[in-house]
Amino acid sequence: MTEVPEKEEIKNWYYSNFELFENSLNGQSKAPVHKIRKEAIAEFIELGFPTTKNEEWKYTNIAPLLTQNFKPAYLSNKISLSKEEVSKFLFTGVNASILVFVNGDFSNELSSLLPEAKGVKFESLRQVLNNEPDFIEKYLLKSNKTIDGFSALNRAFISDGIVLRVPDSTILENPVHLLFISGSDEENLLVQPLNYIFVGKNSQIKIIESTVGVGSKAYLLNSVTEIFTGENSVTNYYKIQNDPDTCFQVSRTLIHQERSSVFTSNVISIGGELIRNDISTIFESEGCESNLYGLYLADGKRHIDNHTLIDHAVAHCHSNELYKGILDEKARGVFNGKVLVRKDAQKTQAYQSNKNLLLSRLAKVDTKPQLEIFADDVKCSHGATIGQLDEQSMFYLRSRGIGTEKARSLLLNAFASDIVDLISIEPLRETMNRIILDRLHKVSL
Amino acid sequence: MSTEIKTIEKLANSEYKYGFVTDIEMDSAPKGLNEDIIRFISAKKGEPEWMTQWRLKSYKHWLTMKEPTWQNVKYSPIDYQDIVYYAAPKAKKKLASMEEVDPELVKTFEKLGIPLEEQKLLSGVAVDAVFDSVSVATTYKEKLSELGIIFCSMSEAIKNYPDLVKKYLGSVVPFTDNFFATLNSAVFSDGSFAYIPKGVRCPMELSTYFRINAENTGQFERTLIIADEGAYVSYLEGCTAPMRDTNQLHAAVVELVALDNATIKYSTVQNWYAGDVNGVGGIYNFVTKRGACRGKNSKISWTQVETGSAITWKYPGCILQGDNSVGEFYSVAMTNNLQQADTGTKMIHIGKNTRSTIVSKGISAGKSNNSYRGLVKIGPKAEGARNYSQCDSLLLGDKCGAHTFPYLEVDNPTATVEHEATTSKISEDQIFYLNQRGISTEDAVNLIVNGYCKEVFKELPMEFAVEAQRLLSVSLEGSVG
Repeated sequence: MTEVPEKEEIKNWYYSNFELFENSLNGQSKAPVHKIRKEAIAEFIELGFPTTKNEEWKYTNIAPLLTQNFKPAYLSNKISLSKEEVSKFLFTGVNASILVFVNGDFSNELSSLLPEAKGVKFESLRQVLNNEPDFIEKYLLKSNKTIDGFSALNRAFISDGIVLRVPDSTILENPVHLLFISGSDEENLLVQPLNYIFVGKNSQIKIIESTVGVGSKAYLLNSVTEIFTGENSVTNYYKIQNDPDTCFQVSRTLIHQERSSVFTSNVISIGGELIRNDISTIFESEGCESNLYGLYLADGKRHIDNHTLIDHAVAHCHSNELYKGILDEKARGVFNGKVLVRKDAQKTQAYQSNKNLLLSRLAKVDTKPQLEIFADDVKCSHGATIGQLDEQSMFYLRSRGIGTEKARSLLLNAFASDIVDLISIEPLRETMNRIILDRLHKVSL
Repeated sequence: MSTEIKTIEKLANSEYKYGFVTDIEMDSAPKGLNEDIIRFISAKKGEPEWMTQWRLKSYKHWLTMKEPTWQNVKYSPIDYQDIVYYAAPKAKKKLASMEEVDPELVKTFEKLGIPLEEQKLLSGVAVDAVFDSVSVATTYKEKLSELGIIFCSMSEAIKNYPDLVKKYLGSVVPFTDNFFATLNSAVFSDGSFAYIPKGVRCPMELSTYFRINAENTGQFERTLIIADEGAYVSYLEGCTAPMRDTNQLHAAVVELVALDNATIKYSTVQNWYAGDVNGVGGIYNFVTKRGACRGKNSKISWTQVETGSAITWKYPGCILQGDNSVGEFYSVAMTNNLQQADTGTKMIHIGKNTRSTIVSKGISAGKSNNSYRGLVKIGPKAEGARNYSQCDSLLLGDKCGAHTFPYLEVDNPTATVEHEATTSKISEDQIFYLNQRGISTEDAVNLIVNGYCKEVFKELPMEFAVEAQRLLSVSLEGSVG
């Protein structure tokens, strides 16, 4: 492995790119959003990339990411993709409105909307920033604060992303698929979308976010997504991370829940070299429910890190978390789940569970389920297990004439199915089942 | 609920029962810390040169260290130059019998409910009573020495058994370990030393009552227990302290070494002064406790009942080096008023088929904060390692906090690690059920809390279990709500 360059060198690389970016803005540098960018780059210079000394990054060493320089995608040559090329990244049988982002830029030509999605407003962030000056004040400056070098970097290069607004009382039968295609054959890219999703009162929506890669060069996808769920709304959010091994991904999702809204996320990570997901749910009002599910399958030298935070800021909210991981070869899994129950959040119910299977001698898992509770009338529990396939179950299957390999994949599949079965879009569930089965040592049942 | 609240308030307002100051002439070092003070302590105790050098080495290292800040407790900064590092009751000639012990001292112990004579006669417990920093009376020494068991104060051990001390002191908690352990290595005043020779089962519970007395005296105990091959020992540590207004720092170090097939059981009941309702006064209890299961099939078991101290910050841990070795940690931590506790354990699995069990019960009341912080680390060579952790928190009142920070690090696929935690309060149904049967709310809470802690109490030796239960109900006073 090449050596990690000096901290200053890394910072200089991004700072000089920021200056290039600034110059390419052509007078746009007077726009109010540029003030945020400038502040953010200053914060980045101060913070740098997080190290393992930072408690939030204790188990995730980003050194492999630092050995390479990533060029902000905005400054590099655009790549063009045909509809056929894009179609192979879609999930067969899923009838969805499709929004495609190529290296972070929204592509109108490649996207297609279903007629039922007419009422929904789809805009690119670039468009919104031009047309609605108060958007910055209302959202950009509000909750998405800099917490580490990555979030600062994202803000420093704000350019595009999706702003999706579902009006009140709209129920979408079919999902909206956000497809992020990143990568290039020319140079390493830094892709940093910033997305906003607003779900109106009494509305229901299913969103699939999938990340895939093209090209031979590495890329760093550093995305931030903020989701605002209105009163009584129901949001299902599926995140499928099936990137090539050249991918580094740092993704941050912030969810703000209004009264009696239900939010369910399901994060399935099966690709990438280094993946870090941060999901934070904040209950803004009572009666909310949040379900966070996740499955990570890692082999090779993959590193998958899931951080979740559920902030029970108000009373009468329920949260439920289940993350499962299968780690093989030299893979490393990290789970850090934090449940914060604030002082007045009485009648809170919070459950959290993290289960891991280690299949190889060199695989490693670090888990840290955390509870911080300041209210007394609550029911909170968390659990974590780390183990291997149960010998008795193996024996049971083998005694019934099922071969070792097959028995193994049956058991692994059963372990993973707890999460996969929670996908409510049937064709997506089947596709995922197939992909996962393929990954679990390519044994057909 | 209003009667409940009243009961609680009444109970909460009860004063610390063990608050009194014993008047004994002290032979103290001047305030502050520098090389001269360390030499003074060392000289005062008549230590050999190697010990003095070890202290100085620690002190030099300590100067390069920073006080840690990651723990989930808040306190005003400690001025290390404002502490008296050595205080001892005026040196007198060696005592052979109880009658020679200073009557003032005996009275103090009587107030605490641990009259030496009674202990000696009735309970069969050898008490090594540490009054402030120097051991004043050691009983049952002769009986123990017949079996070859060495049980004495640390200063005696340094003089009489330098080889053992040299070999094991600092071998589990090195002088570079952490800020407070290093400070302790530099200035430790006294403590207990126990060595159980090969194949000997210690016939009685070894016990030490620590008591902090002189005002502004930090107490820096150093305990070292070695169980040689096939030996067994059960050690009890119990603490009470008189009422104070300035915070007192207590930075002790306890080291346990278990060789092949040896078992060490270490039980603590800690009830130091926790400060008044407003958090004034109280002891800072920053302790480093660690045991090393060096040999095959060795076992170390920590049991602690923590009800006192303004701040408790300790993680008794086990290093499971030997194959098939076992580590256990049972803890009840109770906090009330403005008390803060950040406690837990570390289980480091290195050897094959090592097993560990963690049962932690936290109870928070008043405005207190109670954290469990634990690490379970399974090394790459720990084939078939097994860990089970359970940490439950009970919240009494809506102004307190309960936190859990478990760290699980697993490097071996044959290991099985489980962690479970729950947080809840005493339900109104439970109280109602007991009220209905004529049990007052206060007794009901006591009953429920005792039931909740039973898993840990049953690990304590009999005499201690009774005391622990009593302590808990005293601490619970005024916290029902």
